[in-house]
Amino acid sequence: MRSASDVIVVGAGVVGAACAYYAARAGLSVTVLDRGPVAGGTTGSGEGNLLVSDKEPGPELELALFSCKLWQELAELLPRGVEYEPKGGLVVARDEPGMAALRTFAAGQEKAGVTVREVAADRLPDLEPHLAPGLAGGFHYPQDAQVMPALAAAHLLRASGAEVRLGPGEEVAGLLTGPGGAVRGVRTASGALYAPHVVNAAGAWGGEFARLAGVLLPVLPRRGFVLVTEPLPRVVRHKVYGADYIADVASGSAALQTSLVIEGTRAGPVLIGASRERVGFDRTLSVEAVRRLATGATELFPVLAGVRTMRTYAGFRPYLPDHLPAIGADARVPGLLHACGHEGAGIGLAPATGRIIADVLTGTQPPLDIGPFDPARFEPGGSR
Amino acid sequence: MGMRDLASESAGFDNAPAGCGGDGAGPVGDVGNGAQVVPGRPDRLGSAAEAQSDPSGAEVRPADGDEPYDLAVVGAGPAGLAGAVTGAELGLRVALLDLSDRIGGQFYRQPAAALRATHPERLHHDWEAFADLRRRLEASGVAHLAGHHVWTVERVEGGAEWAVHAVTGADGGEERPVRVRARAVLLATGAYERQLPFPGWTLPGVVGAGGAQAMLKGGLVLPGKRVVVAGSGPLLLAVASSLAEAGAEVPAVIEASGYLGYARRPRALAANPHKLAEAVTHGAVLLRHRVALRTRSAVTEVHGAERVEAVTVARLDEQWRPLPGTGRRIACDALAVGHGLIPGIELATTLGCATRRTPDGARALVLDARQETSVRGLWAAGEPGGIGGAQLARTEGELAARAVAARLGRNPGPGGRVRQLKSRRTRLRTFAEAMATTHAPGPGWTGWLSDDTEVCRCEEVSAGRVREAVQDYGARDARTVKLLTRAGMGWCQGRTCGAAVSCLSGDPEPPSERRPFTTPVPLGVLAALPPTPPLPETHRG
Repeated sequence: MRSASDVIVVGAGVVGAACAYYAARAGLSVTVLDRGPVAGGTTGSGEGNLLVSDKEPGPELELALFSCKLWQELAELLPRGVEYEPKGGLVVARDEPGMAALRTFAAGQEKAGVTVREVAADRLPDLEPHLAPGLAGGFHYPQDAQVMPALAAAHLLRASGAEVRLGPGEEVAGLLTGPGGAVRGVRTASGALYAPHVVNAAGAWGGEFARLAGVLLPVLPRRGFVLVTEPLPRVVRHKVYGADYIADVASGSAALQTSLVIEGTRAGPVLIGASRERVGFDRTLSVEAVRRLATGATELFPVLAGVRTMRTYAGFRPYLPDHLPAIGADARVPGLLHACGHEGAGIGLAPATGRIIADVLTGTQPPLDIGPFDPARFEPGGSR
Repeated sequence: MGMRDLASESAGFDNAPAGCGGDGAGPVGDVGNGAQVVPGRPDRLGSAAEAQSDPSGAEVRPADGDEPYDLAVVGAGPAGLAGAVTGAELGLRVALLDLSDRIGGQFYRQPAAALRATHPERLHHDWEAFADLRRRLEASGVAHLAGHHVWTVERVEGGAEWAVHAVTGADGGEERPVRVRARAVLLATGAYERQLPFPGWTLPGVVGAGGAQAMLKGGLVLPGKRVVVAGSGPLLLAVASSLAEAGAEVPAVIEASGYLGYARRPRALAANPHKLAEAVTHGAVLLRHRVALRTRSAVTEVHGAERVEAVTVARLDEQWRPLPGTGRRIACDALAVGHGLIPGIELATTLGCATRRTPDGARALVLDARQETSVRGLWAAGEPGGIGGAQLARTEGELAARAVAARLGRNPGPGGRVRQLKSRRTRLRTFAEAMATTHAPGPGWTGWLSDDTEVCRCEEVSAGRVREAVQDYGARDARTVKLLTRAGMGWCQGRTCGAAVSCLSGDPEPPSERRPFTTPVPLGVLAALPPTPPLPETHRG
C-alpha cells in the first residue's frame, strides 16, 4: 500500500483542484492524481471565462451564480497571481430583432438573480470605445469575470495542501473495489492507492474514466480554437460577444460553429474565441475556424485588423448531451463521485463544483439542488 | 544586435567543422501565412528569374480552376533548391516558396545587392554546389515565390491536395494572404539556433553564433572587434574562422564538449573524409590567426555595464557542471554563442507528423527511406529530419523530389542515381548523429544559472520563477511552465527559451515544437482568406 487518504481526486485541472481545495478545507485528506502536469488538459486551453451572461435560467445558471460568489471569495484568499478580474461582459446585437431576443433572454436571467443592464447603441462606446459603429445595442453583465485558468488551478491545488502526484506513472488503470462493489481506491502504473472515495475530475477524459469504473458517462470532446494576439494596450475592456454565442453554446451540433468572444487580458494579448466542433481529440489546425474567428473579430473591432495573431490553441470542452455537468455521487458505484462534463464553463463552475463535492463527501446538504447534475442520468432506464 | 534578433536567425551548417548557415527557409519562426495564388502552369508564371525580380510575388496570380502544382517546396536553402530543380527536371510543376527575397536560405546567405560585395563566395564553403543549383533553377520552370512567409500547411480537397498558406508583402507593408495548392509538399524549412541562457546573456554584444555568421554573410558586418566564440557544435569553428578571416580578433573558441566523441566513432569519420578535410581547413585558419581552442569549457558569465566587456570561462566536468575555481576572465567586446541547431519542424508538427528525439535532445521528423513524413503526401529534407548540413540537405532534397515524382506516376530517373543518393544520405546521417551525440548539452548546464538569470527574454521570466513553477506549482514540462509563468508566450513563441525551459522543467522529452502559426499573421490577413469548405467527416479525428 503506497498511502491512504480520505479521497482521491483524479485530474489536476481546475475542477480537480477545486474539489481538492474544498475537500481539504472540510477536513479531509486528499490525494490528487494526473497522468500529465497541472492544468494539462482543457484547463490549460481555456480562456478563463467566469460567465453568467451566456446561461439561460435553470440549474447551470444557479450553479454559475453560486460559483461567481465563491470566485470572489477565492480572489481574496489566493495570491494575486490568478489574475482574477471582475471586468464584466457585454453582449452586442447587430440589429433590432437580435436586440429584442437579447431583451427577452435578459429579462428571464434578471428574475433568476442576474444583474444586467441594457445599453443603447449610442452608449456602447462608453463601455467599448473601439467597437464597430452601426450595432443595434447590447447588454452589460457586471457579474462576468475572468481568471487565468492554469494559474487558478495551480494556486488552488497548492492552497489545498493535497498530496499531488503527477506524471505518466500516475495514470489510473482501474478502480479498486471491495465487497458490494464499493470503492477502495485506484490502481495506477506505480501501484495501488487506497481511499474510500474517488472523484472523477478527468475533464474531457471523464467518460473514459467512467468506463474504467464500469459506468456510463457519455462525455464527448467538443473542440475549440482560440486566437491570441500580440500584446496590446487595453483595446478591449470587457468580455465582448455576439448574441449568436448563446445559441451556439446551447447547440449540440457537430458542425463547426464560430461565435465570438473577444477580450483583453491583464498580460496584454487579446483572446479571440471560440469555435465549437465535434471532431474527437484532433488538434489539427482548422484554417476555416481561424478565418471565421478573425473575420468576426475584425468586424466587431475594426482596429484589430492590423494586429498580429501570435498563436492559436485548441482545447477540448468536455460536453455531455444535455449540456449540464455531472456533479455528485454515483449511485451505481458506492464511493465514486463525478465532477466533470462542464463543457466550456469549467473554470467558472469549478468552485461551486468543488464545494458540492466536499458537501457530498462530508454528508452536508449542498447549497443548491444537485438533482439535474446526477451522474447516472444517462443510464438507460434512468438513474438507479 | 541583441540575441533576441538572433534567436530567429536560422543558422544551418555543413555538418562537421565546416561551413555554416542553415539550409532552411531562414528564420523558421518567420515561415509564415497565406495565399491566393492558385497554382497555374509554369509557362504562365514566367521564368524563375522573372519571378525573382519581383520579390513580393504579387504578380503571380494564375486563374482559378487551374490544376494544382505537383509539388510545393517550402524553403529555398540547399534542400529546397535541390528538391525544386530536381522536381522540375523530372517534369513536375513546382512552386518554391521562401520568405527571403533571394534564394540560398541561411547556408548560402548573400549580402544585399546594395552592399556591392565583389566576392560573396569567399565567405562561403561549398559555393560551387550553390552556383549549380542557381543555374538549374534559372533554367527550370519552377515558380519561385519569393517573400512568401508560409504560416501553415493544410490538407484540402478531401485529403487529395494541400494548401500552403503564406503571407506576402510583409516588407512593403501591404500584407495579404496567398494560397498555393499542390499535390505534394516538401518541407525544407531548415533550422534555428539553440540558445542556453547564462548570467549576462542579454547584454548588448552577445550574439548568436549563427547570427554572427549571418551578419557577416548578409551584411558584411562584424559583431565586435574582439569576439569570443563559445557554445558547442561544429558551427563554432566555422564562425571563428570566418570572423578571423574577416578581420576580427578572436581570442578563443570555447567548446563545451570534448572532441573525443568523434574519435569514439571512427567509422562515422572514416566514411566521411571530407568532414575531416573541412575541420583541417578551419583548424589551419584558426592556427594562422592564433585562435585558442578550449574544449570542455563554457562561458558561464558575461560582464559589462552597458555592453560586453569580458566573459568568465570555466572548465566543465562530463556533465557540463562548472568546476569550482577554474573561472578565468577574457576581455572582449562581443560574444558569439550557440549550442547547435534545432530542426524547424513546426509546419509538420501542426499536421501531426511523427517526431523523434535526436541525440542532442532536440526533436526531428521521422522520415522513411524516401524522405516522406508519417503523413502521406508530405515530404521533408535537410535539417527538419535532423541537423546534418548542406550536403546532406541537397542529397535529401533530390531524393524527396524523385520520390514525389514516383508517387505522382512520373519517371523518378535512373535507379542507380536513387541508390547512390540513399547511400550518401546514410553515410552523412551517420556522421550527423555522431556529431549530435558529441555535442549534446550536458545536464549540468543549468548550474550556470542564478535564480535571477532571465530565461525568457520576451516575457522577462527568470530561472527562479521557472524553478518555483516546477517545485511548488506542479509544472512538469515547458508547456505548463509557460502557462504558469508566461515563459515562451512572447514574440519568439519560445524558440529562444524553449530548450532551456524544457530542461529546467525536468521534462526528459524535448519541447514539442508545436506552433500552429509559424509566423505572426495580422487578423486582417486571416479575415481575407477565401472561405474553405470543411473536410468530409471521414477525414476528421
